[in-house]
Amino acid sequence: MIRLVLPAHLRTLAHIDGEVELTVAGEVTQRSVLDALEARYPVLCGTIRDQDTGKRRPFIRFFACEEDLSHEQPDAELPKDVVVGKEPYLVVAAMAGG
Amino acid sequence: MSGVRVLVGTRKGAFVLTADGKRKDWDVSGPFFGGWEIYHVKGSPADKNRLYASQSSGWSGQVVQRSDDGGKTWEPVGNKFSYDGKPGTHQWYDGTPHPWEFARVWHFEPGPDDPDTVYAGVEDAGLFRTADGGQHWEELPGLRTHGSGPSWQPGAGGMCLHTIIVDPAQHDRMFAAISAAGAFRSDDAGQTWRPINRGLRSEGIPDEDAEVGHCVHRIAQHPSRPDVLFMQKHWDVMRSDNAGESWREISGNLPTDFGFPIDVHAHEPDTVYVVPITSDGEHFPPEGKLRVYRSRTGGDDWEPLTNGLPQAHCYVNVLRDAMSVDSLDDCGVYFGTTGGQVYASADAGDSWAPIVRDLPAVLSVEVQTLP
Repeated sequence: MIRLVLPAHLRTLAHIDGEVELTVAGEVTQRSVLDALEARYPVLCGTIRDQDTGKRRPFIRFFACEEDLSHEQPDAELPKDVVVGKEPYLVVAAMAGG
Repeated sequence: MSGVRVLVGTRKGAFVLTADGKRKDWDVSGPFFGGWEIYHVKGSPADKNRLYASQSSGWSGQVVQRSDDGGKTWEPVGNKFSYDGKPGTHQWYDGTPHPWEFARVWHFEPGPDDPDTVYAGVEDAGLFRTADGGQHWEELPGLRTHGSGPSWQPGAGGMCLHTIIVDPAQHDRMFAAISAAGAFRSDDAGQTWRPINRGLRSEGIPDEDAEVGHCVHRIAQHPSRPDVLFMQKHWDVMRSDNAGESWREISGNLPTDFGFPIDVHAHEPDTVYVVPITSDGEHFPPEGKLRVYRSRTGGDDWEPLTNGLPQAHCYVNVLRDAMSVDSLDDCGVYFGTTGGQVYASADAGDSWAPIVRDLPAVLSVEVQTLP
């Protein structure tokens, strides 16, 4: 089970309380995790990744295991602790609000 | 008893303000979508309970919300706005080519007959349409691709398509306006477009009376006289009597002819409202006095409306989509400010009172007249 944490404004939009637990078939990558998230919550389509290009939106960051994964390849496997559910995968709104 | 519903979009959420026909006691609900920018909320003329809201943020992009119960509850609908084909480039502020990129929906214009049909004006400038209540959006590319697009450039707020008018007499005739490109007209329901900017003169572009490049801020039309259009340009208040074929200036005795909104009285097609703003560098009212100006002569001759509005130390702005009128017998006029006030007049502007004083900065105000 993959644990995923969203920023507050996206939890509100998708009516989510707390963490999301996702089952991901096949390799656990940023792409496959976000695909699973958007499949369960279609309202999140376009709010994390551009719908045409699939690229991360500029003011969204991806963290896990105290590492910034924002610029990693989307098909690279996520850290083992994320894959086994020990650590969450964090979708973070960049600090731009002052 | 008849009443009104005022739909307010702000920098940090949407609000719905309702009152009976006296328009004195108001119920305020919201914020809806707290924390998000709500550029526009508008109801369908074909179904007063069908509303559409443009919800966006710099972090998470565009969301479209729809209500089927007059704003009590909302559901997200489709938010994919993909330009038709390869969109190419427009001018950046410095004149260099810049890729066309979708940023947000500035304006929704629900179709006159069908609550499921809505036009959306977006940044970077493009016109989209849904025919299924917002589930899917398709571009009407004829506007963006008519030929002058590579020379369009953004205004200070972005390169936005902010005005969409579906002609009430001939639904195939449409008007659109873009900052900073100008006004455009379609006679075939949005399939093809042509610029209608003859008579406009603008400093800040190499050719002051060019076919395109003008920073049109808003266009208004009275449904009983669809060939007459009123325009608030960056500078200059303008009028066309031939559906945009040509324009003439009607700024007359206004203290400044810079401003954003313009609107027309519901029952008097020659009664027009503007809110003069000092300049493009000073986005606040002259002398710190918030004054709506009304012309009862279709322009040129303007009177200040001040009763109930702050006449000292007022330095707010009124944005282009933040004024609206109702259609009750005594026409109501409404506007919102960047200071978070929404003012209402139940007597066509003779007197004003705030409905609310402390909302986030107001981006848009629309009014529905309810049976």
